[in-house]
Amino acid sequence: MSDEVRRRIRVNPILCNGYGYCAEIVPELIGLDDWGFPIVSTSTIDDDKVLRLAERAVATCPRLALLLENVPPDPG
Amino acid sequence: MVINASEGEPLSAKDRTLISLRPHLVLDGAVLAAASLGADDIVLYLSRGAAETEKTLKSAIKERSRSGRAEPSIRIVRTSHRYIAGESSAVINRVSGGPSKPKFSLQRSSERGVNDRPTLVQNAETLAHVAMIARYGSDWFRQLGTQSSPGSTLMTVLGNVKHPGVYEADLGARLGGVLEAAGGTVTPAGGALLGGYFGTWLPPALLNDLPLDVNGLRATYGASLGCGVVAVLPQGGCGVMEASRIFSYLAAESAGQCGPCVNGLGAIAETMERIADSNAGPGDLEQVRRWIDMVRGRGACHHPDGAVGLLASALAVFDDHLKSHLYRQSCYGATVVGFPQPPESGLGWR
Repeated sequence: MSDEVRRRIRVNPILCNGYGYCAEIVPELIGLDDWGFPIVSTSTIDDDKVLRLAERAVATCPRLALLLENVPPDPG
Repeated sequence: MVINASEGEPLSAKDRTLISLRPHLVLDGAVLAAASLGADDIVLYLSRGAAETEKTLKSAIKERSRSGRAEPSIRIVRTSHRYIAGESSAVINRVSGGPSKPKFSLQRSSERGVNDRPTLVQNAETLAHVAMIARYGSDWFRQLGTQSSPGSTLMTVLGNVKHPGVYEADLGARLGGVLEAAGGTVTPAGGALLGGYFGTWLPPALLNDLPLDVNGLRATYGASLGCGVVAVLPQGGCGVMEASRIFSYLAAESAGQCGPCVNGLGAIAETMERIADSNAGPGDLEQVRRWIDMVRGRGACHHPDGAVGLLASALAVFDDHLKSHLYRQSCYGATVVGFPQPPESGLGWR
């Protein structure tokens, strides 16, 4: 998928209340800190299966605090 | 165009000193910046409680409108005096009519700022430099400083120095020269905090030869001038205790919006207070170090990053003090006075 737009997950920490569903849905990208708030991977997602899980996590968040961000390709 | 003169950093006095002496220089810079951007709205962003600064600027604005100059009018927006009220997204939030709390955005304020319009938020001192460059040219400006840090900067020097105050420093100078300008230290320096409460603690041996140039500072010491504050610790003073007090202030100054900041800074502050009181439990220090890494980079703004950066550098620099605290011995720095203490936390966000 190198020629496609690459995406990564972002959390809006102001909206997030720490429900933690996201970390259950896509533990490949999201862990929880000591207080139950998500620690999200900053790398772009290079696995289609993980991307689908990430999309589900975004759709499931009760606070709509997750989003998938398009990452422009490396200029190099 | 927003002139950020809120100066929420408790130790800094450079912006209010500059404004009290040269208010029109700051306003000239803002008018020039607004003209080059095509901005038709200039906002002067001030902290409530800066009554003198506001008075000076109001009469300067009146003088300008009486002179009949063709320039956009300058309006004043005030906010309560809080540490992060001057953070760029908090400024935009407040000037748009909201509280002075940071906001989460994927866009820069230059794309979408005050009332969704592209906005430049610029510090008062930077605008004064703009006005000077417009008058005398960039070659004149570059007579001071280095290639990567041209010109001069205003620094607030306080704590263990003979003449605390605001000094203008050549960015090509070294910190020793700045301390000398402030009359030298009262007792030999026990270290210093550079860059204000989001800054970096430095051991005494580094102070004299420390370059002010941005590259020299970052590359060699991982530090930056930040808001230009140099707070010098007295001989024997305990940087661990001072850093813990500052950290507790910063934790209380959280806008309370982001989980990692609210929970993380709160937990770290509480544990650090135990360590500072020489009352640490087993594993307390390891827990603090783990939490420092855990909260870094996870707020909507850089408040948690700045706070843990300050603490991490104190833990690295004041290792000898830290050991006596951990072994539950009373630290010999506990009775040393002369380092400025953080104020009470502010109230409200408007």
